[in-house]
Amino acid sequence: MSWKFDDGTPIYLQIAERIREQIASGEISPGGKVPTVREIAELAGVNPNTVQRALAELEASALVAAERGNGGRFVSDNPDLLAKLKHDMARTATGDFLAKMRKLGFEKAKTVGYLNEYKEES
Amino acid sequence: MALLETKFLSKQYGKKFALQDINLNIESGKIIGLCGPNGSGKTTLIKLAAGILTPTSGNLTIGGTEIGPETKAVVSYLPDKPFVPEFMKIKDIIAFFKEFYADFDINAANEMLTRLDIDGNETFKTLSKGTQEKAQLVLVMSRKAKLYLLDEPIGGVDPAARDYILNTIISNYNADSSVIISTHLIADIENTLDEVIFIKYGKLFLHSTSDDIRETHGMSVDAYFREVFKC
Repeated sequence: MSWKFDDGTPIYLQIAERIREQIASGEISPGGKVPTVREIAELAGVNPNTVQRALAELEASALVAAERGNGGRFVSDNPDLLAKLKHDMARTATGDFLAKMRKLGFEKAKTVGYLNEYKEES
Repeated sequence: MALLETKFLSKQYGKKFALQDINLNIESGKIIGLCGPNGSGKTTLIKLAAGILTPTSGNLTIGGTEIGPETKAVVSYLPDKPFVPEFMKIKDIIAFFKEFYADFDINAANEMLTRLDIDGNETFKTLSKGTQEKAQLVLVMSRKAKLYLLDEPIGGVDPAARDYILNTIISNYNADSSVIISTHLIADIENTLDEVIFIKYGKLFLHSTSDDIRETHGMSVDAYFREVFKC
Protein backbone atom coordinates (compact mmCIF):
# COMPACT_ATOMS: atom_id res chain seq x y z
CA MET A 1 0.00 0.00 0.00
CA SER A 2 0.69 3.72 0.21
CA TRP A 3 2.27 6.21 -2.16
CA LYS A 4 5.92 7.16 -2.05
CA PHE A 5 6.72 10.70 -0.97
CA ASP A 6 9.86 12.82 -1.14
CA ASP A 7 11.39 13.89 2.12
CA GLY A 8 11.75 17.64 1.93
CA THR A 9 8.36 18.74 0.62
CA PRO A 10 5.08 18.90 2.53
CA ILE A 11 2.96 15.84 1.84
CA TYR A 12 -0.17 17.81 1.01
CA LEU A 13 1.67 19.51 -1.89
CA GLN A 14 2.86 16.13 -3.17
CA ILE A 15 -0.66 14.74 -3.06
CA ALA A 16 -2.02 17.81 -4.87
CA GLU A 17 0.67 17.33 -7.54
CA ARG A 18 -0.20 13.69 -7.90
CA ILE A 19 -3.89 14.47 -8.42
CA ARG A 20 -2.94 17.22 -10.88
CA GLU A 21 -1.00 14.58 -12.83
CA GLN A 22 -4.01 12.28 -12.80
CA ILE A 23 -6.16 15.10 -14.16
CA ALA A 24 -3.61 16.10 -16.81
CA SER A 25 -3.20 12.52 -18.01
CA GLY A 26 -6.96 12.03 -18.13
CA GLU A 27 -6.87 9.29 -15.49
CA ILE A 28 -9.56 11.37 -13.83
CA SER A 29 -11.56 12.70 -16.77
CA PRO A 30 -12.75 16.31 -17.19
CA GLY A 31 -15.93 16.77 -15.19
CA GLY A 32 -15.26 13.41 -13.52
CA LYS A 33 -15.59 12.66 -9.85
CA VAL A 34 -12.55 13.00 -7.62
CA PRO A 35 -12.18 10.11 -5.13
CA THR A 36 -13.30 11.01 -1.63
CA VAL A 37 -10.91 12.20 1.07
CA ARG A 38 -11.21 8.86 2.81
CA GLU A 39 -10.52 6.89 -0.37
CA ILE A 40 -7.42 8.92 -1.17
CA ALA A 41 -6.23 8.76 2.45
CA GLU A 42 -6.44 4.99 2.57
CA LEU A 43 -4.91 4.57 -0.86
CA ALA A 44 -2.02 6.91 -0.16
CA GLY A 45 -1.55 5.83 3.45
CA VAL A 46 -1.80 9.39 4.73
CA ASN A 47 -3.84 11.36 7.18
CA PRO A 48 -7.32 12.48 5.96
CA ASN A 49 -6.60 16.06 7.05
CA THR A 50 -3.58 16.12 4.77
CA VAL A 51 -5.73 15.00 1.84
CA GLN A 52 -8.30 17.66 2.75
CA ARG A 53 -5.59 20.27 2.56
CA ALA A 54 -4.36 18.97 -0.82
CA LEU A 55 -7.90 19.15 -2.23
CA ALA A 56 -8.36 22.66 -0.84
CA GLU A 57 -5.22 23.60 -2.76
CA LEU A 58 -6.77 22.23 -5.98
CA GLU A 59 -10.06 23.98 -5.26
CA ALA A 60 -8.23 27.27 -4.83
CA SER A 61 -6.94 26.95 -8.40
CA ALA A 62 -10.48 26.03 -9.57
CA LEU A 63 -9.20 22.75 -11.01
CA VAL A 64 -11.49 20.90 -8.66
CA ALA A 65 -14.83 22.13 -7.36
CA ALA A 66 -16.88 20.94 -4.43
CA GLU A 67 -20.41 19.85 -5.17
CA ARG A 68 -22.87 21.69 -3.02
CA GLY A 69 -24.51 19.56 -0.36
CA ASN A 70 -23.13 16.08 -0.79
CA GLY A 71 -19.46 16.73 -0.14
CA GLY A 72 -18.35 15.23 -3.46
CA ARG A 73 -15.76 16.91 -5.65
CA PHE A 74 -15.52 17.14 -9.42
CA VAL A 75 -12.74 17.95 -11.84
CA SER A 76 -13.31 21.13 -13.81
CA ASP A 77 -14.49 20.65 -17.41
CA ASN A 78 -13.17 24.05 -18.46
CA PRO A 79 -10.96 23.23 -21.51
CA ASP A 80 -8.80 26.37 -21.07
CA LEU A 81 -7.99 25.45 -17.49
CA LEU A 82 -7.12 21.87 -18.41
CA ALA A 83 -5.01 22.98 -21.37
CA LYS A 84 -3.13 25.36 -19.10
CA LEU A 85 -2.56 22.59 -16.58
CA LYS A 86 -1.07 20.32 -19.24
CA HIS A 87 1.02 23.16 -20.61
CA ASP A 88 2.39 24.04 -17.16
CA MET A 89 3.20 20.44 -16.33
CA ALA A 90 4.94 19.91 -19.67
CA ARG A 91 7.02 23.06 -19.10
CA THR A 92 8.03 21.90 -15.62
CA ALA A 93 8.99 18.43 -16.88
CA THR A 94 11.00 19.96 -19.73
CA GLY A 95 12.75 22.33 -17.35
CA ASP A 96 13.67 19.45 -15.05
CA PHE A 97 15.06 17.47 -17.96
CA LEU A 98 17.08 20.40 -19.31
CA ALA A 99 18.46 21.10 -15.84
CA LYS A 100 19.61 17.50 -15.54
CA MET A 101 21.29 17.60 -18.97
CA ARG A 102 22.97 20.88 -18.08
CA LYS A 103 24.32 19.24 -14.97
CA LEU A 104 25.82 16.53 -17.16
CA GLY A 105 27.44 19.26 -19.28
CA PHE A 106 25.08 19.41 -22.26
CA GLU A 107 23.85 22.76 -23.53
CA LYS A 108 20.35 23.10 -24.91
CA ALA A 109 21.37 22.68 -28.58
CA LYS A 110 23.16 19.41 -27.87
CA THR A 111 20.26 18.24 -25.74
CA VAL A 112 17.89 18.89 -28.62
CA GLY A 113 20.22 16.77 -30.79
CA TYR A 114 19.86 13.92 -28.34
CA LEU A 115 16.09 14.33 -28.38
CA ASN A 116 15.92 14.12 -32.16
CA GLU A 117 18.22 11.12 -32.36
CA TYR A 118 16.52 9.27 -29.57
CA LYS A 119 14.66 6.16 -30.57
CA GLU A 120 12.29 4.75 -28.07
CA GLU A 121 13.06 1.14 -27.25
CA SER A 122 9.97 -0.91 -27.59
CA MET B 1 -12.62 23.17 23.16
CA ALA B 2 -9.42 21.19 23.42
CA LEU B 3 -9.79 17.43 23.64
CA LEU B 4 -6.71 17.13 25.80
CA GLU B 5 -5.16 20.04 27.62
CA THR B 6 -2.24 20.15 30.02
CA LYS B 7 -1.09 23.14 32.04
CA PHE B 8 2.37 23.11 33.60
CA LEU B 9 2.02 19.37 33.95
CA SER B 10 4.89 17.79 35.86
CA LYS B 11 5.62 14.33 37.14
CA GLN B 12 8.45 13.55 39.49
CA TYR B 13 9.76 10.17 40.53
CA GLY B 14 11.56 11.03 43.75
CA LYS B 15 13.72 13.99 42.85
CA LYS B 16 13.87 13.18 39.18
CA PHE B 17 11.53 15.00 36.79
CA ALA B 18 10.05 12.57 34.27
CA LEU B 19 8.02 15.46 32.85
CA GLN B 20 8.37 19.13 33.57
CA ASP B 21 5.97 21.99 32.85
CA ILE B 22 4.26 20.47 29.83
CA ASN B 23 1.72 22.79 28.21
CA LEU B 24 -0.17 21.04 25.47
CA ASN B 25 -3.39 21.57 23.64
CA ILE B 26 -4.69 18.76 21.46
CA GLU B 27 -7.82 19.12 19.36
CA SER B 28 -10.26 16.52 18.08
CA GLY B 29 -9.80 14.96 14.68
CA LYS B 30 -6.02 14.64 14.75
CA ILE B 31 -3.51 11.84 14.51
CA ILE B 32 -0.54 12.84 16.58
CA GLY B 33 2.91 11.33 16.92
CA LEU B 34 4.53 11.52 20.33
CA CYS B 35 8.23 11.22 19.73
CA GLY B 36 11.33 11.34 21.85
CA PRO B 37 14.34 9.19 22.64
CA ASN B 38 14.19 6.43 25.24
CA GLY B 39 13.51 7.80 28.68
CA SER B 40 12.26 11.19 27.49
CA GLY B 41 8.87 10.86 29.18
CA LYS B 42 6.56 9.57 26.42
CA THR B 43 5.11 6.73 28.45
CA THR B 44 4.75 8.94 31.53
CA LEU B 45 2.71 11.48 29.54
CA ILE B 46 0.47 8.76 28.13
CA LYS B 47 -0.03 7.17 31.55
CA LEU B 48 -1.00 10.54 33.03
CA ALA B 49 -3.63 11.02 30.31
CA ALA B 50 -4.88 7.45 30.82
CA GLY B 51 -5.19 8.07 34.55
CA ILE B 52 -2.68 5.37 35.49
CA LEU B 53 -0.43 7.98 37.11
CA THR B 54 -1.31 11.18 38.89
CA PRO B 55 0.55 14.44 38.25
CA THR B 56 2.99 15.80 40.82
CA SER B 57 1.87 19.31 39.87
CA GLY B 58 0.03 21.12 37.13
CA ASN B 59 -3.11 19.80 35.57
CA LEU B 60 -4.51 17.72 32.76
CA THR B 61 -8.03 17.64 31.40
CA ILE B 62 -9.79 15.63 28.73
CA GLY B 63 -12.80 17.34 27.19
CA GLY B 64 -12.50 19.90 29.98
CA THR B 65 -12.85 17.25 32.70
CA GLU B 66 -10.21 16.27 35.23
CA ILE B 67 -8.98 12.68 34.93
CA GLY B 68 -11.45 10.24 36.50
CA PRO B 69 -14.09 7.65 35.59
CA GLU B 70 -15.68 10.07 33.12
CA THR B 71 -12.50 10.55 31.11
CA LYS B 72 -11.54 6.88 31.33
CA ALA B 73 -14.84 6.01 29.66
CA VAL B 74 -13.79 7.97 26.57
CA VAL B 75 -10.09 7.12 26.53
CA SER B 76 -8.84 3.90 24.94
CA TYR B 77 -5.34 3.12 26.10
CA LEU B 78 -2.81 0.65 24.73
CA PRO B 79 -0.01 0.14 27.26
CA ASP B 80 3.51 -0.66 26.10
CA LYS B 81 3.41 -3.97 27.96
CA PRO B 82 0.93 -6.89 27.89
CA PHE B 83 -2.17 -5.91 29.85
CA VAL B 84 -4.64 -8.77 29.41
CA PRO B 85 -4.92 -11.95 31.53
CA GLU B 86 -2.68 -14.26 29.53
CA PHE B 87 -4.44 -17.49 30.48
CA MET B 88 -7.62 -16.34 28.71
CA LYS B 89 -8.72 -17.19 25.18
CA ILE B 90 -8.87 -14.28 22.74
CA LYS B 91 -12.64 -14.64 22.27
CA ASP B 92 -13.13 -14.57 26.06
CA ILE B 93 -11.00 -11.45 26.38
CA ILE B 94 -13.18 -9.86 23.72
CA ALA B 95 -16.34 -10.80 25.60
CA PHE B 96 -14.74 -9.37 28.74
CA PHE B 97 -13.98 -6.07 27.00
CA LYS B 98 -17.51 -5.96 25.59
CA GLU B 99 -18.90 -6.16 29.11
CA PHE B 100 -16.42 -3.72 30.51
CA TYR B 101 -16.66 -0.93 27.93
CA ALA B 102 -19.98 0.45 26.71
CA ASP B 103 -18.33 1.71 23.51
CA PHE B 104 -16.81 -1.65 22.51
CA ASP B 105 -17.78 -2.78 18.99
CA ILE B 106 -17.57 -6.56 18.93
CA ASN B 107 -18.16 -6.80 15.17
CA ALA B 108 -15.24 -4.49 14.49
CA ALA B 109 -13.07 -6.59 16.79
CA ASN B 110 -13.95 -9.87 15.08
CA GLU B 111 -13.43 -8.38 11.65
CA MET B 112 -9.95 -7.15 12.60
CA LEU B 113 -9.02 -10.50 14.12
CA THR B 114 -10.01 -12.24 10.89
CA ARG B 115 -8.02 -9.78 8.79
CA LEU B 116 -4.97 -10.31 10.99
CA ASP B 117 -5.48 -14.06 10.91
CA ILE B 118 -5.80 -14.44 14.68
CA ASP B 119 -7.83 -17.41 15.93
CA GLY B 120 -10.22 -16.45 18.74
CA ASN B 121 -9.87 -19.91 20.28
CA GLU B 122 -6.17 -19.45 20.95
CA THR B 123 -5.04 -18.71 24.47
CA PHE B 124 -3.29 -15.34 24.74
CA LYS B 125 -0.05 -16.70 26.16
CA THR B 126 0.41 -19.20 23.31
CA LEU B 127 0.55 -16.38 20.75
CA SER B 128 3.86 -14.99 19.51
CA LYS B 129 4.95 -11.61 20.84
CA GLY B 130 3.95 -9.84 17.63
CA THR B 131 0.56 -11.53 17.51
CA GLN B 132 -0.06 -10.62 21.15
CA GLU B 133 0.61 -7.00 20.27
CA LYS B 134 -1.76 -7.18 17.32
CA ALA B 135 -4.50 -8.76 19.46
CA GLN B 136 -4.14 -6.04 22.08
CA LEU B 137 -4.30 -3.33 19.47
CA VAL B 138 -7.52 -4.89 18.14
CA LEU B 139 -9.03 -4.62 21.63
CA VAL B 140 -8.07 -0.97 21.95
CA MET B 141 -9.11 0.09 18.44
CA SER B 142 -12.48 -1.67 18.69
CA ARG B 143 -13.71 0.91 21.15
CA LYS B 144 -15.45 4.02 19.85
CA ALA B 145 -13.44 6.32 22.07
CA LYS B 146 -12.73 10.06 21.91
CA LEU B 147 -9.04 9.68 22.55
CA TYR B 148 -6.82 6.73 21.69
CA LEU B 149 -3.49 6.54 23.47
CA LEU B 150 -1.22 4.04 21.77
CA ASP B 151 2.10 3.47 23.46
CA GLU B 152 4.51 1.91 20.93
CA PRO B 153 1.83 0.07 18.94
CA ILE B 154 4.03 -0.95 16.01
CA GLY B 155 7.35 -1.76 17.61
CA GLY B 156 7.05 -5.53 17.62
CA VAL B 157 4.94 -6.29 14.55
CA ASP B 158 6.02 -7.16 11.02
CA PRO B 159 5.88 -4.53 8.23
CA ALA B 160 2.73 -5.97 6.65
CA ALA B 161 0.88 -5.85 9.97
CA ARG B 162 2.28 -2.35 10.50
CA ASP B 163 0.62 -1.25 7.24
CA TYR B 164 -2.63 -2.86 8.29
CA ILE B 165 -2.53 -1.18 11.69
CA LEU B 166 -1.84 2.25 10.21
CA ASN B 167 -4.60 1.67 7.69
CA THR B 168 -6.95 0.75 10.52
CA ILE B 169 -6.07 3.99 12.27
CA ILE B 170 -6.68 5.97 9.06
CA SER B 171 -9.96 4.24 8.23
CA ASN B 172 -11.24 4.65 11.80
CA TYR B 173 -10.47 8.32 11.59
CA ASN B 174 -13.30 10.65 12.46
CA ALA B 175 -13.48 14.32 13.26
CA ASP B 176 -14.59 13.74 16.87
CA SER B 177 -11.69 11.68 18.07
CA SER B 178 -7.93 11.89 18.15
CA VAL B 179 -5.16 9.31 18.24
CA ILE B 180 -1.86 9.81 20.01
CA ILE B 181 0.84 7.35 18.96
CA SER B 182 4.10 7.18 20.82
CA THR B 183 6.93 5.71 18.82
CA HIS B 184 10.49 6.08 17.78
CA LEU B 185 9.78 4.41 14.43
CA ILE B 186 8.89 7.78 12.93
CA ALA B 187 9.68 6.97 9.31
CA ASP B 188 7.03 4.25 9.31
CA ILE B 189 4.22 6.43 10.54
CA GLU B 190 5.02 10.01 9.64
CA ASN B 191 2.81 10.17 6.55
CA THR B 192 -0.10 9.22 8.76
CA LEU B 193 0.47 12.04 11.23
CA ASP B 194 -1.15 15.47 11.37
CA GLU B 195 0.93 16.72 14.21
CA VAL B 196 4.10 15.80 15.96
CA ILE B 197 5.12 16.33 19.56
CA PHE B 198 8.81 16.04 20.43
CA ILE B 199 9.77 15.68 24.05
CA LYS B 200 13.33 15.92 25.22
CA TYR B 201 14.46 15.18 28.78
CA GLY B 202 10.89 15.52 30.04
CA LYS B 203 10.31 18.90 28.42
CA LEU B 204 8.20 19.83 25.46
CA PHE B 205 10.60 20.55 22.62
CA LEU B 206 8.13 21.07 19.80
CA HIS B 207 4.48 20.68 18.89
CA SER B 208 3.90 21.30 15.20
CA THR B 209 2.18 19.91 12.14
CA SER B 210 4.30 17.42 10.24
CA ASP B 211 3.96 19.37 7.00
CA ASP B 212 5.22 22.49 8.78
CA ILE B 213 8.35 20.58 9.77
CA ARG B 214 8.87 19.56 6.15
CA GLU B 215 8.23 23.10 4.97
CA THR B 216 10.38 24.86 7.56
CA HIS B 217 13.29 22.47 7.71
CA GLY B 218 13.16 20.95 4.23
CA MET B 219 13.40 17.44 5.62
CA SER B 220 11.17 14.62 6.75
CA VAL B 221 10.03 14.41 10.36
CA ASP B 222 12.26 11.37 10.75
CA ALA B 223 15.33 13.22 9.46
CA TYR B 224 14.52 16.22 11.67
CA PHE B 225 14.16 13.96 14.70
CA ARG B 226 17.58 12.46 14.00
CA GLU B 227 19.03 15.94 13.83
CA VAL B 228 17.39 17.20 17.03
CA PHE B 229 18.26 14.12 19.04
CA LYS B 230 21.67 13.43 17.56
CA CYS B 231 23.79 11.47 20.03
